[in-house]
Amino acid sequence: MDTKQQGFRLGLLRKITKGLPMALLAPFAAWGLAEVPLDPAPLKLNDQVALQRGAQTFVNYCLSCHSAAHMRYNRLTDLGLTEQQIKDNLLFAADKVGETMTVAMKPQDAKAWFGAPPPDLTVIARSRGADWLYTYMRGFYRDDSRPTGWNNLVYENVGMPHPLYELQGMQVLEAGKPAAGESHGDEGHAIKKLKLRQPGKLTPLEYDNLTADLVSYLVYMGEPARNFRIKLGIFVLFFLAVLFVSAYALKREYWKDVH
Amino acid sequence: MKRTSAVLAWVDQRFPLSATWKTHLSEYYAPKNFNFWYYFGSLALFVLVLQIVTGIFLTIHYKPDANLAFASVEYIMRDVSGGWLIRYLHSTGASMFFIVVYLHMFRGLMYGSYRKPRELVWLFGMGIYLCLMGEAFFGYLLPWGQMSYWGAQVIVNLFGAIPFVGPDLALWIRGDYVVSDATLNRFFAFHVIAMPLVLLGLVAVHLVALHEVGSNNPDGIEIKKHKDPKTGIPLDGIPFHPYYTVKDIVGVVVFLAVFSVIVFFAPEVGGYFLEHNNFIPADSLKTPPHIAPVWYFTPFYAMLRAVTYPLFGIDAKFWGVVIMGLAVLIFCALPWLDRGKVKSVRYRGPVFKAALALFVVSFLWLGYLGTEAPTPLTTTLSQILTAVYFAFFLLMPWYTKIDKTKPEPERVTG
Amino acid sequence: MSDKQQVDKSKRRFLIATTGALGGVAAVATAVPFVMSMTPSQRARAAGAPVEVDIGKIEPGMMLTIEWRGKPVWIVHRTQEMLGKLSGIKERLNDPDSQKPMQPAYAKNDARSIKPDFLVVVGICTHLGCSPTAKFKLGADEGMAQDWPGGFLCPCHGSLFDLAGRVYKHMPAPDNLEIPPYKYLSDTRLIIGEDTKGA
Repeated sequence: MDTKQQGFRLGLLRKITKGLPMALLAPFAAWGLAEVPLDPAPLKLNDQVALQRGAQTFVNYCLSCHSAAHMRYNRLTDLGLTEQQIKDNLLFAADKVGETMTVAMKPQDAKAWFGAPPPDLTVIARSRGADWLYTYMRGFYRDDSRPTGWNNLVYENVGMPHPLYELQGMQVLEAGKPAAGESHGDEGHAIKKLKLRQPGKLTPLEYDNLTADLVSYLVYMGEPARNFRIKLGIFVLFFLAVLFVSAYALKREYWKDVH
Repeated sequence: MKRTSAVLAWVDQRFPLSATWKTHLSEYYAPKNFNFWYYFGSLALFVLVLQIVTGIFLTIHYKPDANLAFASVEYIMRDVSGGWLIRYLHSTGASMFFIVVYLHMFRGLMYGSYRKPRELVWLFGMGIYLCLMGEAFFGYLLPWGQMSYWGAQVIVNLFGAIPFVGPDLALWIRGDYVVSDATLNRFFAFHVIAMPLVLLGLVAVHLVALHEVGSNNPDGIEIKKHKDPKTGIPLDGIPFHPYYTVKDIVGVVVFLAVFSVIVFFAPEVGGYFLEHNNFIPADSLKTPPHIAPVWYFTPFYAMLRAVTYPLFGIDAKFWGVVIMGLAVLIFCALPWLDRGKVKSVRYRGPVFKAALALFVVSFLWLGYLGTEAPTPLTTTLSQILTAVYFAFFLLMPWYTKIDKTKPEPERVTG
Repeated sequence: MSDKQQVDKSKRRFLIATTGALGGVAAVATAVPFVMSMTPSQRARAAGAPVEVDIGKIEPGMMLTIEWRGKPVWIVHRTQEMLGKLSGIKERLNDPDSQKPMQPAYAKNDARSIKPDFLVVVGICTHLGCSPTAKFKLGADEGMAQDWPGGFLCPCHGSLFDLAGRVYKHMPAPDNLEIPPYKYLSDTRLIIGEDTKGA
């Protein structure tokens, strides 16, 4: 292919994706193909308080580098927050509650710092799945062979350093086992196990809860209409049942002529 | 009442309103023994209308621009009131359209609906099916996710396999060296204007041809053979309206219930109706690790991949495309391949029943294999199944002739 | 066909009516999201959200134009002299007391404003939507009539408005300029697009 064309396309796509990480799409990353079994995420999609906590964690820890460019702050009223509460507690990167969750960092800078611009997270839960995210956020471990010093169980050679290091503490791979990245053929699932070497501010249980809240929030953000969709669906099916009774009676009445 | 009939008379003198109503509904005599399988024709029409209406409302907000397309879909899902519902109706409708059409076609296979005098009904139907494939393919690029992008890339490159003109043809279709903004823009035009127009035209001629020759039925016999000597109405026929209109309304309600379960409770259908990777914006530099077309294309996709031998000095890629194309087009030959004495599976012999069963198994299994990543085992399996698929058609003149059929009844049963 | 038994016509009518009514309800309910999808989206609403303005820096006799919902909103800091002219020209105006509906209660005074010093008005002519030009100078200096007391002139069709945005009699424009909802957050901060009614 013509290289000039390539260059043009590269710039164009960079603009489109606002920084889709190339590494994100490494073969290992496709969810469902990961060799590490995923832990089922304990989602709390109907628990507004948990979702609010998740939103708080997201805004505090993720939004400094990752955008959620399709998500408006005032949409968080879905979670039982008022616009004033959103303004006071969550609105750091924008001026108005009607704005979307963009990020100040330039994609070029991000690429220089992390090797790839951090991906937009609006629909990350829809492409990755909740279980992957839940396992991923709990799967960071220390790996000095990596430039950032961090590696991840479900996302080998991840570009992002552990963002919640302070909270979780430092995990390491179980001693005596081959380091990640050497091969991913025959290691088997049991070999890759993590151990907490240096505790963080939270206990492992508290950290799991925090991650579950965060992932629940990401799932919510992936499709804010979800809860309303389900509610409406129950109503629609109920209505169709009534309509069926009526339509079926009508059909039977007319078909008396035929039979 | 009097005024209404006066208005009607006024219109009828200028436009054949009553005549059309009679020809196609109130005095269109359909066999009285339609069963479950006869719902899918009216359902296909219903889904067509649904797709057109939801499609119009999506185009109000969608932006066919590589820089904006992905974001505009999320905009519809979030910022537009009711947008998520309209989008899910459209995405679910696309898959359901194929389910309904496949079941409608299977009905034709079972009861011999393609045979004389309904060859043209069948051919127009095939036209609709081909058109629908194009419509779905063009539409799938529009969300501009990774699967949209790479799906389009792969399918357009199929045309590149055609000897001599292939590469130039692929370039011409894309309008660029890779799938790009230019491709997106033209696919949008095809999806919202060109294909729907052709589709509507074909649906019209499909129905006109059908109403000219009359509907087939599960017994595969002609109801026009036994008419009331006084009125000339087939003895086994009933007016489509009101009998089949009220019946089809029940069908639509049941269909809507199934449809609603998907739209409201599982719009992604585990990644089959809306693929996970399509929530990642298109990236021309990275192919997702496993790409497969949407489920309704996978039987043909599996056959494409099954062809791994070069032939006559032309590489396997070309023959894969040929096999894929033939697999679709061979349906058109059915009216002339079938030499059976009876039409309906009810009176066919064991050989046809076995062949039809094998065909269905091969189609479904190929469909499954097409969604999976290829391995040597699945490739061998796909080759065997492709052979079974084609054997159904190519051996048909022979096995339908030697088959021991049962006598058809004089009048419809049930 | 139907010879065997009597057709119960009233039952059929009842069932047609019931099914038709339910189907009608379903059709109307289905139409709702489609109709709603054409109303301003969250993005449009966010762009049209209330705007905060600092009016402390507008010199007396000067005008600030800001954008609200894509329309120009003028904030005029009127001098005592300008205010003095407002009551004298009443008989030349179409709706001097702002009696026509669609004008908020706080526009129903000679100054057509919450605080007389500051006029807040949408700068769109009520005739066909052009934006009038400010003609604050008295008399003929800016090409107006000799007795011009200051105001606005619409360049498209010549409608005249006074310094409270009130339209003169016998003009193409039928109504006074629109007063947007607004309120004072403090002495020098205004919010436009939102008033104390909370609506």
